[in-house]
Amino acid sequence: MPEGILCNKIPCKTKEMLNALLSDKSGKQYYQEMNYLQIDTEALAATIKKTFKSRMKTWLEICAHCGLCADSCFLYLANNKDPKQVPSYKIQSTLGQIVRRKGDVDNAFMQMCMDVAWSKCTCCNRCGSFCPFGIDMGVMFGYLRGLCFSQGFVPWELKIGSGMHRIFNAQMDVTTEDWVETCEWMAEEYSEEWPGLKIPVDVENADIMYTVNAREPKHYPEDLAEAAILFHIAGENWTVPSEGWEETSLAMFAGDWEACKIQVNSVYDAMRRLKPKRMVVTECGHAYRATVIEGPYWAGLKDGKTPVPSFHYVEWVAEALRTGKLKIDPSKRIKEPVTYQDSCNYIRNAGLADCAREIMSYIAEDFREMSPCREHNFCCGGGGGFNGLGRYREQRNIGLKIKRDQILATEAKLVIAPCHNCWDAIRDLEEIFKVGIRWSFLKPLLLKMVVVPEHLKPLEE
Amino acid sequence: MYQFVTGPLAWVAFTVFFVGIIVRIVLYVRGLDWQLDRVAYRPHLKYGIKGALRSIFFWLVPFATRSWRYYKGMTILVFVFHIGLIFTPIFLKAHNIILEERWGFSFPTISEKTADLLTIAVIISGFILLLRRIAFPEVRILTTAYDILVWAIAMAPFVTGFMAYHQMGGNYQFWLILHILSGEIMLMAIPFTKLSHFILFFMSRMQLGMDFGIKRGGMKNKGFAW
Repeated sequence: MPEGILCNKIPCKTKEMLNALLSDKSGKQYYQEMNYLQIDTEALAATIKKTFKSRMKTWLEICAHCGLCADSCFLYLANNKDPKQVPSYKIQSTLGQIVRRKGDVDNAFMQMCMDVAWSKCTCCNRCGSFCPFGIDMGVMFGYLRGLCFSQGFVPWELKIGSGMHRIFNAQMDVTTEDWVETCEWMAEEYSEEWPGLKIPVDVENADIMYTVNAREPKHYPEDLAEAAILFHIAGENWTVPSEGWEETSLAMFAGDWEACKIQVNSVYDAMRRLKPKRMVVTECGHAYRATVIEGPYWAGLKDGKTPVPSFHYVEWVAEALRTGKLKIDPSKRIKEPVTYQDSCNYIRNAGLADCAREIMSYIAEDFREMSPCREHNFCCGGGGGFNGLGRYREQRNIGLKIKRDQILATEAKLVIAPCHNCWDAIRDLEEIFKVGIRWSFLKPLLLKMVVVPEHLKPLEE
Repeated sequence: MYQFVTGPLAWVAFTVFFVGIIVRIVLYVRGLDWQLDRVAYRPHLKYGIKGALRSIFFWLVPFATRSWRYYKGMTILVFVFHIGLIFTPIFLKAHNIILEERWGFSFPTISEKTADLLTIAVIISGFILLLRRIAFPEVRILTTAYDILVWAIAMAPFVTGFMAYHQMGGNYQFWLILHILSGEIMLMAIPFTKLSHFILFFMSRMQLGMDFGIKRGGMKNKGFAW
């Protein structure tokens, strides 16, 4: 069975393989090899038989082909209502066909499935809330991604991404040493301004175990410092694990379920090792979805819960403001019109819409809701891995139009986006469309307006 | 012929219908899998049931969900069509007379005028639903011959019933037998075709309701704002 050197059915498990993939610029060779990849139709049929059960079977079977999912999809709207972007059509013509043909499909068909699964759906699950039968096409696209991955049809960046998780237990090549050093460096860097500031590593029985997105230690270490300062001001007894600190999962975007399990287990092991009262995740949407919402199922935890109760950063902020651990200086509240980007992963798919509103009530004087908002908000345009895939850059950019128009309609120039993917998508839409907006995580904004207790201020010389 | 379609064939049709939907329910529930579906159904059953009931209830009430409010015209069509489709045959006087005669029980009945109006409503809304399939590109691309067949199976008892009741199209006996036959075909088609949404609507809504009620936020908020 012809297998490419880079593009094949074997997940990336070694540093050599990872380096080979990384040195193939833009995946040129990788995608060329993909044209010769053969389908293991028997394996595909066996997987479907074993894992395609009544929930999804019923969804595909009873779909009334009514088209009510059409307008729920931002990609359908952004592409001038192209009928080929109707969610039902997208899933019936891909997964529906694979199931009907019992896995007997060819290379061209699988490439088409890959293109649809990663460039025509961000797994935002909005269609699921529009379908009278409760058919959640985002869930089915997640499943389709898994089938594609198992046959080697996965975008180059995500083969690398899931490989990173398998090798480093992180989406980027950040080792335990890199991570611990970054923690020490950030604590030291800010210690003059914040006497006594610490980023405690591996402290047992802390109240909070804080976990992050690997991009933070790798590219924005000040985000980690900001988190530390806010915990410091709030007087939290907190820690970070030396291992198991990464919450994200490019493996989830890739449909590499085995790597998903490896990744979340690294975090759960840290919970079991350090026995914190609870875990708080940084401002990232898919990280929370992967590790807190879906992760327990990958790991086989029967109650569907993480080993210790887990919270998104917005839950912690809302609580800290409510209980007065963090106090906002009334004169420093945001005066200009400001809007909030509801992330699909922790709002629609994890129910935290109220936390976001609670936070805004403390920090903003002129909060403008997008329309639609909360559970029904549109995807930022970059979810599900869409932001990071070179092959689908153009399609991603077209999709951003919906979010641009939603933001413009609020007349706010500042967008709060406590999610890395949303943050990136909004940054990119400003770069492309130049509409004159700014975007921010919560942490830097909170730091500007929080009241610092006297005893935490540096002593006057 | 009349004796046959209202006798043995009616028995067969009702048996296939009732046994069929029970089998569909059993198969559906047995095919649920906490790990594959990624929903811890059992450990959080209370949250699951709450989510399931909310998910079914809001979708049974016109304009109670965002989607129903967004597609106002379609919502009216869908509800008119389905209310007529379900209530007319159950509460029709003529049907209940036969029920009483054959099986010794009957339901309360609606007036013939109401039944006639409901029938006309089903036929008109049914035809608009068909036109919609052809007129709108986003529905046309999804439509298959199978969809039209299922539509025809659901519409036939109403068209033939209307013809028979109003003694139109000449031969009353012909339309009456055709009406009974088409009704029996519909009953028997329910477990085997897309018409299974008669029961699977509830199963699917229940499942997604449990998903949101247990996993996707239901344990941290008041429930999904459908």
